[in-house]
Amino acid sequence: MNEETAAITIRDLSFAYDDIQILCNVRLDIWRGDSICIVGPNGGGKTTLIKLILGLLSPDRGIIRIFGRSPEEERQRIGYVPQYAKYDPQFPISVLDVVMMGRLAGTLRNRYSPQDRDQAMAALGQTGLADLAARPFASISGGQRQRTLIARALASGGDILILDEPTANIDHESEVRFLDLLKGLNERMTILMVTHEVGFASSFFKRIACVNRQVVVHPTSRLTGQLIQEMYGGDLQMIRHDHRCSEEGHRHD
Amino acid sequence: MIEFLAALTDPSLPFFRYAVLTGIFASIPFGVIGTYVVVRRISYIAGAISHCILGGVGAGLYLQNALGISWFGPLHGAIVVALLASLILAVVSMYAKQREDSVIGALWSVGMAAGLLFIAKTPGYSDPMSYLFGNILLITRTDFYLVLALDVLVIGIIGFFYNTFLAICFDEEYAQLRGIRTHWLYLLLLCLVALTIVLLVRIVGIVMVIALLTLPAAIAGNFARNILQMMVLSTVFCILFVILGLGTSYSLDLPSGPVIILFAAAAYLLALLGLKAVGRK
Repeated sequence: MNEETAAITIRDLSFAYDDIQILCNVRLDIWRGDSICIVGPNGGGKTTLIKLILGLLSPDRGIIRIFGRSPEEERQRIGYVPQYAKYDPQFPISVLDVVMMGRLAGTLRNRYSPQDRDQAMAALGQTGLADLAARPFASISGGQRQRTLIARALASGGDILILDEPTANIDHESEVRFLDLLKGLNERMTILMVTHEVGFASSFFKRIACVNRQVVVHPTSRLTGQLIQEMYGGDLQMIRHDHRCSEEGHRHD
Repeated sequence: MIEFLAALTDPSLPFFRYAVLTGIFASIPFGVIGTYVVVRRISYIAGAISHCILGGVGAGLYLQNALGISWFGPLHGAIVVALLASLILAVVSMYAKQREDSVIGALWSVGMAAGLLFIAKTPGYSDPMSYLFGNILLITRTDFYLVLALDVLVIGIIGFFYNTFLAICFDEEYAQLRGIRTHWLYLLLLCLVALTIVLLVRIVGIVMVIALLTLPAAIAGNFARNILQMMVLSTVFCILFVILGLGTSYSLDLPSGPVIILFAAAAYLLALLGLKAVGRK
């Protein structure tokens, strides 16, 4: 892979918290326009890998390059959607004000311009939340909050979108809509998403990265029960989302 | 209330006017900085800074009276120690977040211990009670001007950094990703908390300052739609508690600090019960 096509390049990456080795000799290439889903057991290093890519943690060994430069230099080109569960539900802030944070630019004052506002409203429109802009963030549903955080990432206008377990709190119907949104975004953005629902992954992502101290990448077409068992090291049930049960009984479509 | 108004206009009671005026103007930093303390959930950090101040006050008294360094008084000592405590707490939150709790506890009591030792070794009599529990009726003209200066400083800095502080309070990690130097700004915020506490300790004392910093903001948080509304509302609540408290303490001849605090706590309880009854929370 050369500089032109690489979005994220990781070589010989190792990271430990105190004495516990989380990631060991990781090598990973993500090209422009890629859609890659990151799976693995809890504590396997998924979130750590993301924080290293974002430059929120520094590697003990190895290098990470975003468009050929360091994460600190290029991270403003990354739209990041964290897990929404960490937010204080009583924080007094409107949906629009949350999305406006995507327009922060690292100046001291961070005054927003009318263009910043337009960008934020456009991002809310894309995620279908334009009507809720003035509502308190605390008063909307879990799925809507999740979409607000996606709108915030879109408002920043980056080339890479990184999402950390965005489907954890949304129902199946919103999940389908969410998938459509991602498909549209993938036409202009590189997408990385952490999830623990493997069935969900196979329907959209081009590749799947299994993270458990090491990182192994597979094309999603090769995702089988045996492979899943290997990466989780145990019994795991795969949920098929294209499977419906009717009142008469059972059929496969 | 009639007695209260009479006392306000009585030319032989200038200290009472200063007390009321200072209380009103002190409500601005209480409301504004208190809002950040509540939404950022750092009231224990504010508590540690406030208790540390006794160390600074003690050192100031000792330097002044035992060593004869006349230009360095309790207020200087308090400012130095409060800023130092903010620096320590900011560094700990950066590099040893998991130990933050223990450091808060240690600073809290070490500050008190050092202060009491200094005061014990200072010749002459100085009563730690007035620092621990404050006395708004001892407020001087200088104190009043210092509170005005704090108002200007707090409104100026918060006005300038409003969006930036909002971002680091709501989601520090994300603010960092957007290129904001979150560590420096968090330190700046803690320094503002420290200065606010130093000047306001005169009014309700080291032990009770946290209540006046957090209760009005906590009540306001139930009604405000954004941080700015929360600041304005909590300032208004704070003014209300100070006036009610001073008036009541004057009529019933009670110490003013505790009465102010109890009004604030009763209002907080009423707000919670009221919201529960309406089914909003």
